[in-house]
Amino acid sequence: MIHSLFMINPSGDIFMEKHWKSVIGRSVCDYFFEAQNKVSCHDDVPSVISTPHHYLISIYRNQLFFVAVVQNEVPPLFVIEFLHRIFDTFSEYFGDCTETTIKEHYVVVYELLEEMLDSGFPLATESNVLKELIKPPNILRAVVNTVTGSSNVADTLPSGQLSNVPWRRSGVKYTNNEAYFDVIEEVDCIIDKSGSVVFAEIQGHIECSVKLSGMPDLTMSFVNHRLLDDVSFHPCVRFKRWESERVLSFVPPDGNFQLLTYHIGASSLTAIPVYIKPNISFRDNSGRFELSIGPKQTMGKNVENVVITSDMPKQVLNMNLTPTQGTYSFDPVGKTLTWEVGKINPQRLPSIKGSVSLQSGAPPPEANPTINVQFSISTLAISGVKVNRLDMYGEKYKPFKGVKYITKAGKFQVRM
Amino acid sequence: MNRENLKMCFHLASENSSITTCHGKMADRYEPVLSMRDYENLSTMAHHSQAEQRSYANEKTPSTGPMEPDVASDPASGGFFAADYKKHEDLKSMLDGSKDNLKLEAMKRIIGMIAKGKDASDLFAAVVKNVVSKNIEVKKLVYVYLVRYAEEQQDLALLSISTFQKGLKDPNQLIRASALRVLSSIRVPMIVPIMMLAIKESVNDMSPYVRKTAAHAIPKLYSLDPEQKDQLIEVIEKLLADKTTLVAGSVVNAFEEVCPDRIDLIHKNFRKLCNLLIDVEEWGQIVIINMLTRYSRTQFLDPNKADMIQEEQEKSFYGSESDKDDDEDDEEKEKEPVKKPYVMDADHRLLLRSVKPLLQSRNSAVVMAVAQMYHHLAPKNEVGMIAKPLVRLLRSHREVQSVVLSNVATMSAKRRGMFEPFLKSFFVRSSDPTHIRLLKLEILTNIAGETSIATILRELQTYVTSSDKDFVAATIQAIGRCASNISEVTDSCMNGLMGLMSNRDEAVVAESVVVIKKLLQMNPTEHKEIIRHMAKLADAITVPMARASILWLIGEYSDRVPKIAPDVLRKMAKDFTNEEDIVKLQILNLGAKLYLTNSKQTKLLFQYVLNLAKYDQNYDIRDRARFLRQLIFPGEKGGALSKHAKKIFLAPKPAPVLESVFKDRDQFQLGSLSHIINARASGYIELPDFPEVMPDPTVRNVEEIHAWASNDKLSSKKKPVRKSKSFYSSSSSEAEELSGSASSDESGSGDGSGSSTSESDSDGTSSSSEEESSSSSESSSSESDSSSDDSSDKESDSDSDVPAKPVKKATPKATPTKTKGSKKDAGKDGQSNMQLLNFDDIGPPVQASGAGLGGGILTPALATDLQGLSISDKSPGTTVSSAMFTPTQTYELLNRMNSQGLAATYRFTRNVCIYSATMVSVELNFTNSSDAVIQTIKLGESKLSSGMKLHEFPEVTNLGVGKSVSVTLGIDYGDTTQPANFEICTESRKFSVSIKAPVGELLQPISISEREFQSEQSKLIGMNENSDKVSIPDAINNEKAIISRVAEVANVQIVPASDPEHLTYRFAAKTLSTGSLVLLTVGKGKITTNCEKMVIGSMLVKDIKKSLLKV
Repeated sequence: MIHSLFMINPSGDIFMEKHWKSVIGRSVCDYFFEAQNKVSCHDDVPSVISTPHHYLISIYRNQLFFVAVVQNEVPPLFVIEFLHRIFDTFSEYFGDCTETTIKEHYVVVYELLEEMLDSGFPLATESNVLKELIKPPNILRAVVNTVTGSSNVADTLPSGQLSNVPWRRSGVKYTNNEAYFDVIEEVDCIIDKSGSVVFAEIQGHIECSVKLSGMPDLTMSFVNHRLLDDVSFHPCVRFKRWESERVLSFVPPDGNFQLLTYHIGASSLTAIPVYIKPNISFRDNSGRFELSIGPKQTMGKNVENVVITSDMPKQVLNMNLTPTQGTYSFDPVGKTLTWEVGKINPQRLPSIKGSVSLQSGAPPPEANPTINVQFSISTLAISGVKVNRLDMYGEKYKPFKGVKYITKAGKFQVRM
Repeated sequence: MNRENLKMCFHLASENSSITTCHGKMADRYEPVLSMRDYENLSTMAHHSQAEQRSYANEKTPSTGPMEPDVASDPASGGFFAADYKKHEDLKSMLDGSKDNLKLEAMKRIIGMIAKGKDASDLFAAVVKNVVSKNIEVKKLVYVYLVRYAEEQQDLALLSISTFQKGLKDPNQLIRASALRVLSSIRVPMIVPIMMLAIKESVNDMSPYVRKTAAHAIPKLYSLDPEQKDQLIEVIEKLLADKTTLVAGSVVNAFEEVCPDRIDLIHKNFRKLCNLLIDVEEWGQIVIINMLTRYSRTQFLDPNKADMIQEEQEKSFYGSESDKDDDEDDEEKEKEPVKKPYVMDADHRLLLRSVKPLLQSRNSAVVMAVAQMYHHLAPKNEVGMIAKPLVRLLRSHREVQSVVLSNVATMSAKRRGMFEPFLKSFFVRSSDPTHIRLLKLEILTNIAGETSIATILRELQTYVTSSDKDFVAATIQAIGRCASNISEVTDSCMNGLMGLMSNRDEAVVAESVVVIKKLLQMNPTEHKEIIRHMAKLADAITVPMARASILWLIGEYSDRVPKIAPDVLRKMAKDFTNEEDIVKLQILNLGAKLYLTNSKQTKLLFQYVLNLAKYDQNYDIRDRARFLRQLIFPGEKGGALSKHAKKIFLAPKPAPVLESVFKDRDQFQLGSLSHIINARASGYIELPDFPEVMPDPTVRNVEEIHAWASNDKLSSKKKPVRKSKSFYSSSSSEAEELSGSASSDESGSGDGSGSSTSESDSDGTSSSSEEESSSSSESSSSESDSSSDDSSDKESDSDSDVPAKPVKKATPKATPTKTKGSKKDAGKDGQSNMQLLNFDDIGPPVQASGAGLGGGILTPALATDLQGLSISDKSPGTTVSSAMFTPTQTYELLNRMNSQGLAATYRFTRNVCIYSATMVSVELNFTNSSDAVIQTIKLGESKLSSGMKLHEFPEVTNLGVGKSVSVTLGIDYGDTTQPANFEICTESRKFSVSIKAPVGELLQPISISEREFQSEQSKLIGMNENSDKVSIPDAINNEKAIISRVAEVANVQIVPASDPEHLTYRFAAKTLSTGSLVLLTVGKGKITTNCEKMVIGSMLVKDIKKSLLKV
C-alpha cells in the first residue's frame, strides 16, 4: 500500500525519507513541488496528486509536509489517516513534531516507522504498544542506557499486541492511582453582520489521563446523555453497552488518550457564550474600526484567554487602535490584526477602536473582513453535558477520580 | 514439483559458489581492517559453503553448468570495495570492533545517512556481519539497513539469511516474527523458495502475531515472484480460515493484493469476517470492508430494485432529473412486475448490521469505508444514517475534509435529501482553503431544494463579496445552477446576477454574464430588458468570454432587440482586429445571423467583417469566414445549402444543462483513490453490478465445529452427515484436500519435513488405539486422494468414507482450543501415520526430495534451521514425530500379595506427556483384587533425586472390587537413569515404589534428514560417541526386523536413508528433559550412538545390542 514516505520542510527540502518497498527516487517529489508552486498557500496543496507512475498523498501539519507515495489503488483516507497517526505518534514521543525534533531523534523515528508499517500495511499504531516496543527518548533513560548498556528497544512482544485489549499495556503499576477526565467543548459558529447566529454547533471531546494499576474496567455515565448527538469512540469503548444502556464501559489505555468525541448539532439551540459588536467602515484613504466584546449566557463563569484575530483586506496599510485592555498588533505583511484581550471583566467590557489607513489610489475594499474569536471558559460545559458517575471494577484499590469541564471557542467567526 | 525444486537448488548452489569467491575477495581486502577473529569467521563461512557444494556435487551429479556464467559476472563480487574503500573507514572499524556501544553508534550514523537519502551501500559487508549481534537495537538497525540495500547487494545479502532462519525457530515470538518480516522484506529473487518455506511454516505458528507477519509476507513474496501465485493462494486460503482478529485484516490485504478475483475463497469465511469485524484493528477493518463491498456486489441482489416505483414518484416530485436516468428506470420497471417481492438475504443483512457500529470509529477511513458500503449496498431508506458520521468527519484535518467532501459531493448529486438536514455544516468559513470552499459550494448546490434554497442563496450572497476571486466565480456559477434547477428562484437569482454585473471586479461581471447567458437560453422570452442591458455592457466588458457570450445572446435573440443589434455589430466590426479569437468567431456568427434576419441594414457590415476575417492570422477564423461566405453568399454553382441557411443558423437551440461536475464520478467506488483523482488508478477494481439472479447463498454455509462437544462425540459426529449430506461431504472433502495438499507440498518442497512436522498424538490419554488406527487409515486415504488429483472422484470418495470421516472430525473436537491448528494437525497426524504404514517399503520419493534439497538450496545449517523451526516450539503438539512403536510391555509396580489386593502395573506409552513436554508419560494401571472397595488412591510423598520432577495423577476416589483403572503419571527424569521413588497411598496404607525408566524411554523421536544427521553426527564425536560391535543374527538382518527391534527398546525415529544398499540404519531422537540430540546408527556389525549425555549413549548401545541379539 504505502510505498515510501518523504518528509518535507516549508522551504522544500526533503529532510527524511523512508522506503518500505523498493526505493523510489526522490525526484518523484518534483510533482509535489510543482503542485505546491501552483497554489498560493500551503493549505491549498491538493492532498492527492496523480503522477504518471505513482500517486502522492500528502498531509500538511505544523509546517511540515508528509508525502506518502503509493503505487496502486488504496483508499486515500487510509493513507491520510495513517500519516496523521505517524505525526501524532511523533508528537507524543518527542513532545512536539517539528523538523528539529525529527532530525534529532532520527533513529527513534526510523525504528518507529519500521514498527508502524510492514511493507506498506500498518502493523502497530497503538501508542501503548509502540511505547513498549520502543521507549520514548528522555534524558533519564539516555543516562541509564549509557551506564547499563540497555537499549531503547524491547526484545519481547508487547502483551497488548496479542490480547483482546491491544491498546493497554500489561503490568501497569502506580503508587497513586488516579484518573482525570477533561470534558472539552468547542463552540463552532458563524455570526452574521446583524449579530444573529447563522450556524452553531458544539464539538465535544473527553480527554483522559488515566494512571491506574492493573486492568481496571471503568464505567462512565452521563446525567443527560440525550444531548450527545453523534459520538465516536476510542476502540476501547464497548459499543454494545452504549447502544443498550448509554453507558461508557471501557478498559482504558494507559496514559493520555481521547475517550470519545461528540457532536451537538445545529438543530438544538446552542447558547453562544459571548457577543461581539464589530464595526468597520472605509472612506477614500482611511477607515474606522471599532469592536467591543461582552459575555452572554456564561452561567456566571469568567471568559478568559480571549484573543481576537482578523485578516484585513489587502488595501489596508496600517491600523492605529487603542484598546481598553490587553494588547493589539497588526502585521502589515500578512494584514492580520491580533488583539489579545485576556479576561473579560463584566463590569468593564473591553473594546478597541481607532483608525485604519488604506493604500492611496486603490479603491476601498468592498468586502469586510471576518473576525475570529478565541476564548475559554473553565468549569463550564456549555451544552450542559455532565458526567454522572464513574465506577471502577476489576481492581481492588480506590482510585482518585477527577472530571473537569472546559468550554472553548472552536471555529468561532463573526462576519462584519 | 520436484523438478522445479531441483532447478531452484541448482540455481542457489551456483550462487553459493559466487558467494564463496566473493568471500575470498572480501577477506583479502579486509585483512588490514578486520580483527583476526573476524577473518577466521569469514573464512570458515567460505569453507562451509565450499564443502557444502562439494557434498552436493557428490550426491547429485547432474550438471549445474548453465547457470554459472551469468552469476559470476555479478558486479558486487568484483572490484566493488576498491572504489569506496577509504570512504567510511571509521564507521567500518567501529562496526568491526567488539564494543556494542560503538557498533550502535556506527549503525545510528548509517541510519542517519539512509534517512537523508545518502548512499551507504558500500558499508554493506561491514554491516551485514552484525546481523548476529546480541544487542537488540543494533540488530534492529542492521535489519533496517539490510532491507534497504539487500536489493542492490544480493550476493552479500544471502550471508544474512541463515541468521533469519535461525530466528524463525526462536522461542520468542517477537524474534520469530521479526525474522520472518526481514526475511520476506529482502528483495532477493534467489531466496524465493526459502521465503515460501518460511511463510508456509509460519502460517502454522502458535502465535497469531507470527501468523499475521506471515500474512504480511505474502504480498511481498508475490511482488518479488508472481510465479508463486498458486502456492500463495493456498497459503491465503489457509490463513483466511484463521479465527483470530489479529490475522484477519492482514490476510484480507494479502488476498486483495494477490488474488482479488478469487471470491470463492471468501464464501466460507464471509460470516466469520462479519462477526470478527468489530474487533479487528482499524486498518484491517478498512480493507475487509472494501473487500466485502465488492464481494457483496457479486453475491446479493440489488436491494433498491423493489423501491423503483416509489422512487419514480419522488423523482417526478422534484421534477428535474435527467432523461437518461428515467430511461434506466423505465427499463428496470419493466422487469419489475415479473420479480417476486424482494427479501434481503440474511447474509447481506448480517454484513450491514455488523459494519454499522463502525460508523462510530475514531478513524475517518473506517467511517468512510462503512459509508461507501452503505452507499453501494444498502437499501435506500437506510443509507441516510451515514450522513451524520460523514458530517462529523468535517471537523477533522483539512486533508480528511477534502476527501470526505468530494465523496459527499458525489453522494449528494445522487441522493439530495440525505444531506439536507446538515446543510449548515457545509457553510463556508473564512478559514477554509480554496479547494475546500469549492467543494462545499458544490455540495450546497447539489442539495439545494425548494425548502432550503432561500437559506442557501442568502449564504451564497455573502460569499460573493469574498476577496478570493476563484471562490466568487464558483459562487456565481453555483447561483446559476440553483436558478436553473429550481424554477421558483430563477427570477430572483437573475436579479441578483444582474446586480453583480455592475460589480467593480471584472471577473465577477464576466462570470455573471456567462451564467446569465445560460439562464436566458432556457427562458428567453421574458428577459428583453436583460438582453438590452447586456448589449450596453458590451462596450465596457473586456473579458473575452463575457463579450463572446453577450454577442452570441444578441445574435440569437436579435428579433427581441432589432434596433440595438445592428448597432452592436457596427461597433464590433470597427474593433474587429483587436478582439480575441473567441470574440471574433462570435462577431462572425452575429453578422451571419443579423444578415439573415435583417439583411438590409447589415449586409455591408457583414461583408466588411468577412473580408477582415479572410486575412486573419487564425485559420479557424479564416475557415469560418470562408464557410459563412459560401453559405450565405453562394456563387453560381453552389447554393443548395444556402436555401436552408436560416434554418441552420436560427434553429432553436437546447438550453444547456447545468449539472454537477461530480455526477460522472459515481462510476468509481466511493472512497477510492480513483474516485478522488477521477481517473482509473492502477490496480483499481471495478465495482461489479448487482447480479440479476441471486447466486447460491448456501456457499456461505459453514459447518459449525462444536468445540466443546467432545463428550458426546458419537452423537455429534453422526448428525451432520445425516442432515445435509451433500453439503457436508463436499465441504469436508475440501478440507481434506487442503490438508492433504498442504502436507504433500511439504514433503514435496523438500527438507524431509514430511516427517519433521508430524506430531505424536497429543490427545494423550483420551485417544484410544482404535481411534488412532482408524484416523490413520482415514488420513492415508486422504493422502492418496490428493496425490491422485481428486477433482473427479471427490464426491464419491468422501461418500464412501463416511464411517471414517467422523473420526477425523472428532480430532478437532478433542483439542478444543485451536480448531484451525488441530485441523492441520489432523493432516499431519495422518501423514506421520501414513509413513508408519509405508515403512515396509521405505518411500523413495520422500527420500529423494529430501536429498535433493539438502544437496541444493540449503546448507546443512539452513536445513536444520528450517526444521528446527518446529522443534524449538515449546508446544509438544507440533514438534516431534510420533512414536514408531508403542510398547506393550508392562512392569509390575505393586504386587497384590504385598499390598492387600491392590495391584499396580505401569507401562511407558511413548505419548507426549500431557503435563509437560519434558516428562515421560507413564501409564499406571491399578487393579483391585481384594474383596473390599479401595478408597482414594493417590500419590504420596516422593523422594526424587535432584533435577527430577513428578506430576501426580488425578486421585482415584473409589476402586470397586475386581475393577481396574488407568491413570497417567508424568515423570521428568532429568535425563538421568535414576529411578523415581515415591509413595502410593490408599486410604489406609502407603506403599513405597520406584519406577526406573529404560534409557530408551527417556527419548523423544525427532525426524531429520540424512544430511542433517551426518552433520550433527560430525559434531558429536570423541567423548560423545559410543559404539559396540554386534553380529546381527541373519534371521533379523533385514530392514524391517532391525527397525522394529530398535523401536522396541528406544523411542526413536528412523532417518530416511539415501541409499538403502548400505545396510546402515540411522535413528534420531532427543532426550526429553534437555532436548539433546541422540543419534543412533546400526549396521555393518556395529552400533553407534552419538549423544552429549554419555551415560545415555552407552546404555542405549547396551540395550539395543541386547535387543538385537535376543532370539
